[in-house]
Amino acid sequence: MSFNNLDTLYRQVIMDHYKHPRNRGKLEEDALVVDMNNPTCGDRIQLQIQVEDGKVKDAKFEGEGCSISMSSASMMTQAIKGKSVEDALRMSQLFSDMMLGKEIDPGSLEMGDVEALQGVAKFPARIKCATLAWKAMEQGVEKK
Amino acid sequence: MDARSIREQFPILHQEVNGHPLVYLDSSATSHKPIKVLEAVDAYYRNDNSNVHRGVHTLGTRATDKYEGAREKVQQFINARSTKEVIFTRGTTTAINTVAHSYARANLEPGDEVIITPMEHHSNIIPWQQAVKATGATLKYFELNEDGTLNMEDVKKSIGPQTKIVALTHISNVLGTINPIKEIVELAHRQNAVVLVDGAQGAPHVKVDVQDIDCDFYCFSGHKMCGPTGIGVLYGKQELLENMEPVEFGGEMIDFVHLYDSTWKELPWKFEGGTPIIAGAIGLGAAIDFLTEIGLDKIEAHDQKLTAYAMERMSEIEGLTIYGPSKDKRSAVVTFNIDGVHPHDTATALDTEGIAVRAGHHCAQPLMRWLDVTATARASMYVYNTEDDIDKLVSGLAKTKEFFGNVF
Repeated sequence: MSFNNLDTLYRQVIMDHYKHPRNRGKLEEDALVVDMNNPTCGDRIQLQIQVEDGKVKDAKFEGEGCSISMSSASMMTQAIKGKSVEDALRMSQLFSDMMLGKEIDPGSLEMGDVEALQGVAKFPARIKCATLAWKAMEQGVEKK
Repeated sequence: MDARSIREQFPILHQEVNGHPLVYLDSSATSHKPIKVLEAVDAYYRNDNSNVHRGVHTLGTRATDKYEGAREKVQQFINARSTKEVIFTRGTTTAINTVAHSYARANLEPGDEVIITPMEHHSNIIPWQQAVKATGATLKYFELNEDGTLNMEDVKKSIGPQTKIVALTHISNVLGTINPIKEIVELAHRQNAVVLVDGAQGAPHVKVDVQDIDCDFYCFSGHKMCGPTGIGVLYGKQELLENMEPVEFGGEMIDFVHLYDSTWKELPWKFEGGTPIIAGAIGLGAAIDFLTEIGLDKIEAHDQKLTAYAMERMSEIEGLTIYGPSKDKRSAVVTFNIDGVHPHDTATALDTEGIAVRAGHHCAQPLMRWLDVTATARASMYVYNTEDDIDKLVSGLAKTKEFFGNVF
């Protein structure tokens, strides 16, 4: 018996982000700070975003959680950096659609590694893990 | 006790999940229901459905007889003195909240203490946090030993004349620790404190005799002991319940209703406002019959044997940590983590093999902080589990470890 299904969930790129998270840490300058957790399982994230002139200048995160939630945070910060707030929010919408198993068309948006999380849609119990960082980002930019 | 023939009585266990025969190891969250319980609930709705304590008609009488018959079964099951001491609730949470609202708010004042333990489920923490906030009393915690058992020296030291309520779990839903309830009740009573026992994990697994334990309140749920969801029990000593105000007001619980005032029915009905959980109570009665026919002593022995086997087999896996006390001090729960693998990932990997375990904080965040972990995985067992289930778990865990070892 193999763990074939698991391979679609835990693709190499996801594991790479989990093991070597990008943008992990704290921003030194003033930033928007959002704390969010998943009360049903204990995953938590602190996201820091710097927004200037409608653009995400920088983003970093800290937190604890499973491979899906932490790799998603890593990918998300990588994807939104340098993007306009508007584009970041559009990406978040696309990500939600992807989690619902919908075909998505990113068009000119560069989603980068984020699309590796597509397989999560087949594991309903884990969707909340993947969306945690995106929800935090939405709340952060809406604070602004 | 033959777990294999018992398994036959649980239709839900005979299915494939993700292409594998289901291995259900999450009974601490909720247990499955034997045919006997399913049929009792079904027969009630098919043949007897009516409101209780109201109608003069035949169905109403039948429904009332069955509902009150279930109460008698509960009374015998926990050896309460009378059915007046058995109140049906929505579950353990509602039972604890009833005491925390009614008894605690009427009896606590500034300077008084409520003492609980760090191993409580959220449902035996938050009601007390709220009660002390409302009354100005103080909430305190007993200390735990390193193995997750209660530090009895600290218990003896902490209970004093200022202690008014001690609330603790019979069996920890995370560590499986079986607490020495009787001894604690004795210590508390010497200081005139009342003791509430959260029996959500106790009632399904060990014989409960409330007169022998001498606790003041004992709360448990039907769904963790082969009964339906939505039904639970608040046992309370009659003299305490007599002096407590109801928490929910409405139909069923009243005696006379005047324009500006009302009087309550006698026990136990004064605490059962609204149409009660009739089918749930009948289902719980059938679950009690089922468990009693097997024998609680046999269930306890089965749990112990299986837990010892699980701990022994799981210890063979390198890098797997088991939390909580040794096998002789625990019930059918094994909480664990695999080094370097988050418990959610463990649970997802096992699920692809048809193995159901719980992962997360198990509604016990303070205990997770005490263990210094953010989350754990938990395998919990009951009457229908066999050594074969444990073998499958162990091979699933070995595969999980290998899978995550390779991708890293």
